[in-house]
Amino acid sequence: MIVLDILTWLLVSAGGVFCVIGAVGMLRMPDFFTRMHAASVIDTLGAGLIIVGLILQSGFTLASLKLIILGLLIFFTSPTASHALANAALARGAEPLLADDEGEPSSSPR
Amino acid sequence: MSPYRSISVIATLFLFWVVMSGYFTPFLLTMGLVSAGAVLWFAHRMDVMDHEGHPIHLGKNAFTYWPWLLKEIVKSAWDVSRIIVSPALPISPTMVRVKTTQKTPVGQVTYANSITLTPGTISVAISGDEILVHALTREGAQGVADGDMDRRVTAFEGLS
Repeated sequence: MIVLDILTWLLVSAGGVFCVIGAVGMLRMPDFFTRMHAASVIDTLGAGLIIVGLILQSGFTLASLKLIILGLLIFFTSPTASHALANAALARGAEPLLADDEGEPSSSPR
Repeated sequence: MSPYRSISVIATLFLFWVVMSGYFTPFLLTMGLVSAGAVLWFAHRMDVMDHEGHPIHLGKNAFTYWPWLLKEIVKSAWDVSRIIVSPALPISPTMVRVKTTQKTPVGQVTYANSITLTPGTISVAISGDEILVHALTREGAQGVADGDMDRRVTAFEGLS
């Protein structure tokens, strides 16, 4: 069981690291839409790795099935929520910061 | 409504109930089955139990599409993470319109959700057969415009 413990340890730690990276990204990114990209690292790799790590700990039990259902819930709802958020932002006139041809981010002309 | 779909709905609901409850006494199992039956009846009366509400026909294709999608998610999440931790923050945010080739709303939603689920690209708006995509980098936008995912979702949809 020590192998499983080490694997869980690695997976959960890696998931935590990706959550922190996503959070740092949300602070570093310049505008609304680019911040959403940083946040999507959290609910894909971050949450995913943590759930897989916890499934290894609980083995073949109901808890594992619940964790799988939790994963599926995130898998289906997070893109829907992200899309709704981005769509609402655009509809209400949030201007995405777009890169010009030199590759530097600059404000977009409407 | 096919009886096959009803059986699948009731089985899914009951399985979900069992997993959530974790009790296996005959009384509670019967209650669960009755609840699943009641929900099936409600869903039938509300007419929401069609190919969109319970798309069982996509079941077998999911086993080939989801692993590929998972691989793409991990790859692009890694790319976005590298961009975030890089001191220069090498982003080039881009908006692109991409054509979709899916025939059904379920297929289009699958494609739009797949784009959003992949870090670095978000589907912002859908109109007709076009999706407006916001990408974190120019390469990411190019990747969506290449249409590999579009072709795979259309294959997943399994009509053409």
